[in-house]
Amino acid sequence: MKALIKDIMAPAVCVIQKFRKETQDTFTLELSPPEEGFSFSPGQFNMLYMYGIGEVPISISGDPADTGRIIHTIRAYGAVTSRMMTLKKQEMIGVRGPFGTHWPIEDLVGRDILLVAGGIGIAPLRPVLFHILSNRTRYGKVLLLYGERTPGDLIFRNQIESWRGRFDLELEVTVDSAREGWRGNVGVVTTLMPRIVLDPSNTAAMLCGPEIMMHYTIQELTKKGLRDDQIYISMERNMRCGIGLCGHCQLGPTFVCKDGPVFLLSKVRHLFRKREL
Amino acid sequence: MDNSKKTLELHPFFEGMDPDLLDVMACCACHREYQPGQFIYREGDEADQALLIIEGKVCVEIFAAQRGSLVIQTLGPGDILGWSWLFPPFKRRFDARAIELTRAIALDGGVLRQKADEDHRLGYELLKRFSRLVVERLQATRLQIIDIYGKHI
Repeated sequence: MKALIKDIMAPAVCVIQKFRKETQDTFTLELSPPEEGFSFSPGQFNMLYMYGIGEVPISISGDPADTGRIIHTIRAYGAVTSRMMTLKKQEMIGVRGPFGTHWPIEDLVGRDILLVAGGIGIAPLRPVLFHILSNRTRYGKVLLLYGERTPGDLIFRNQIESWRGRFDLELEVTVDSAREGWRGNVGVVTTLMPRIVLDPSNTAAMLCGPEIMMHYTIQELTKKGLRDDQIYISMERNMRCGIGLCGHCQLGPTFVCKDGPVFLLSKVRHLFRKREL
Repeated sequence: MDNSKKTLELHPFFEGMDPDLLDVMACCACHREYQPGQFIYREGDEADQALLIIEGKVCVEIFAAQRGSLVIQTLGPGDILGWSWLFPPFKRRFDARAIELTRAIALDGGVLRQKADEDHRLGYELLKRFSRLVVERLQATRLQIIDIYGKHI
């Protein structure tokens, strides 16, 4: 992996090449990488710095094989991301990274892959799908389950439509509520689980979304016979430094920014959903 | 009847059910087909059957003034549509509409209630299975209403 800069605490200046509004509160930034280049593994994140406002951890949502762009898909949740939503093409943003662990896609060659995304959790999983679809014969059955609030909140809509047309990918989208005319599923993402067929002996699952969604998804996967060492989760905490130095994202003995955000569930089962941490 | 019993046996909702009880259930069963857009029932209708969806997709809707019909749930193969036939006042609370060509097994609610009263083994099996369904739907609904993907800052 090629980091942006030698001094990891100093942000590199990146120019916004493209700003695309995905939904009313979600947008995608395409940044030009610096001259020294940039590469990442699916699941990693960058710290994006809005000068004078603040810095936030954002997963990389682009294709890992595409080294010509750094792509981030962001939901405007707080002060920094809301301000980011006002950025325009050719404006600049500070970037540090990439940080953290990644989805173990190379270790899962030959396996069936289940991806479960909730809300903006689709963004860190999209690079996995890019990689798998570019190396499709190396993997078994591939399923993507994606849950959102409403049809209007679905991101990557065009891409999802094109993925839906593939015969080598099973894709189910569900929303929490919809108006008349929506022909897709309505219900939380866990309600899709009884409808899918998995081979528990050969499936690896990768989950990304709100912790409560992952919690109930894990319960459904356990019912289907998957063990904790077949399930990977992406955790979210208050990441600041990105290198396990400041302690803001500490979760028991682990630092989510350095030891995560991607964890094998069996390694963090005792920490997951623990209120005291 | 034999065909219905076979379908019931294969339906996940009745997995592991005593074959004698399945025979009784099969007596109350018939095949139904609904075209895309067709209402299966409407709010306020008498709840006289449970549907075991074999194929297709059904949406459960509620009508809200000035907002129109809101889809609150979709059901597909392997799902059960309707439990109001089991509990007074035996009225439908929502609309249900096929959004794809849907094939289902319909179980006559009135006959099933009568048979469950006569044979408590059947009654207990039905209550166990439908209670689990109600609990699963309640849990899913709780997740649905807390807006887990929304802003919580």
